[in-house]
Amino acid sequence: MDITAKTAVELHDLLVNKEVSAVELTRAFMERIRVVEEKVSAYVFVSEDLALKQAARVDERIAGGENLGPLEGIPMGLKDNLCTEGIKTTCASKMLQNFVPPFDATVTERLKKAGAVCLGKLNMDEFAMGSSTENSHLQPTRNPWDLDRVPGGSSGGPAAAVAADETVYSLGSDTGGSIRQPAAFCGVVGLKPTYGAVSRYGLIAYASSLDQIGPISKDVRDNALIMNCIAGYDAKDSTSVNYTRPDYTQFLVDDIKGLRVGIPREYLGEGTDPGVEEVIRKAVGILRDLGAQVDECSLPHTKYAIPAYYLIAPAECSSNLARYDGVGFGYRAEGGEDIVDMVSKTRAEGFGPEVKRRIMLGTYALTSGYYDAYYLKAQKVRTLIKGDFDRAFGEYDVLLSPAAPTPAFKFGEKSSDPLAMYLSDVCTVPVNLAGIPAITIPAGFAGVLPVGLHFMGKAFDEGTLYRVAYTFEQNTEFHKAKPDLGWR
Amino acid sequence: MKISRPDVEHVAMLARLELTEPEIEMFTEQLNSILEYAALLEQLNTDGVSPTAHVLPLHNVLREDVTQPSLEQERALMNAPDAENGFFRVPRIV
Repeated sequence: MDITAKTAVELHDLLVNKEVSAVELTRAFMERIRVVEEKVSAYVFVSEDLALKQAARVDERIAGGENLGPLEGIPMGLKDNLCTEGIKTTCASKMLQNFVPPFDATVTERLKKAGAVCLGKLNMDEFAMGSSTENSHLQPTRNPWDLDRVPGGSSGGPAAAVAADETVYSLGSDTGGSIRQPAAFCGVVGLKPTYGAVSRYGLIAYASSLDQIGPISKDVRDNALIMNCIAGYDAKDSTSVNYTRPDYTQFLVDDIKGLRVGIPREYLGEGTDPGVEEVIRKAVGILRDLGAQVDECSLPHTKYAIPAYYLIAPAECSSNLARYDGVGFGYRAEGGEDIVDMVSKTRAEGFGPEVKRRIMLGTYALTSGYYDAYYLKAQKVRTLIKGDFDRAFGEYDVLLSPAAPTPAFKFGEKSSDPLAMYLSDVCTVPVNLAGIPAITIPAGFAGVLPVGLHFMGKAFDEGTLYRVAYTFEQNTEFHKAKPDLGWR
Repeated sequence: MKISRPDVEHVAMLARLELTEPEIEMFTEQLNSILEYAALLEQLNTDGVSPTAHVLPLHNVLREDVTQPSLEQERALMNAPDAENGFFRVPRIV
């Protein structure tokens, strides 16, 4: 097996046993990127010099006989909305095309401290708004399993890069499914942690009450190791929760006997692709064989989640993105006659169509006279959706659904109809509204396209998600499948 | 049609977005279809339901009022489209 296909755990052993050096490992990924990137286009920037420098430092520590941390010397990539000091962070937007952050995001800082090697910045829908990465101002990213299809979004780059072995793991962000839907489309593991578990400091904001950073990896064990590094309280994020971060690897136990799994009936049925339904049906069989108790349940307010989300998220976005005014940082349009003219032209030229659409929608929903009918109403519905989950978790340990109603769709298939695109988030959006954690893992294929199994858990119970995901993975081979990119 | 063309122009002004003619037309149509879908929420009785602005039971997060290091002027200005003498430069305001 090629070295770029290995997990962080496997590579750690190779480094410790001096079978490969950190610099050799980084070079192997640079070569892999050079070969497959023309097909996949997952990166917006490859930080080769920095990566080699970071790797050389790790090699010095190995030579000095020091003990290596689990992520030390392991290459990774970051979604381009996570700030990296001295390295451009563009959000795949013209607005930030030359923005060089003067600071690191907390997650960047923690990974650096752990000795991670940063290969570069990964493509996304502009400002994380989208479900296909087609909204990137820079380039489309292609799905490694079928280059005519989208990788999902908004973390399309981070998911495609892991699937194409262009990185060992990556970090994405998830506001309505932006880690889980692309992870599912690309056949990799993606976790959206509980709201407040991972600091959002240095994550360029889209919808602050929903945004959360999380890991995308090749298997569940790596995912837990990354969470050990990035999760936990941070004083720089006032919504960071001061909880005792467990060692997430303690939950990697191959045992789900007696685990109570609920399948909300609203997540399957009309609109679900038959291939996806088949995979879920088989997965339920596997879970039952492993001793889980799987029953149908109901989250009655599910159908209101998408409309509530598409009022709340744009409202928060319209407020967050007010800062892009061409004054402090970012793009500025030429020829503004006065300040209002300059700001209006800057925003007209700097933002793409989807970002403008959400700013317009959000501004409208917050306008006096409509505030109660739209924004306030949506927030009340959010309470009902959260209540559905609270009730379900009285009876079940985890809930199960597909990560998306269909596998990866073709370029252009939904890009002309915003509403059709929004509906592809139907299985993932309720989780963000409720603030709970959820994980997606590879569970099979519809034709050649990967299908993701989506487990939702109680707030701060990532442990049970890791346990069920790990058990499923230990007893199946789906996570080992690789797309054929014509080089290995 | 819930949203008229003048509504879109008004909202664009509030959002400080200079829209082109085709954009105004497109957004009038698309915002209407999205809000029509959002009208699904009207079916739901939410009397007596309190809104969730935030899922966490967090209130004001306070810290000791102690001076801490902040971004130096040079670094704060390094991404400015236009700066002069330690200030951000902007077009005429009044």
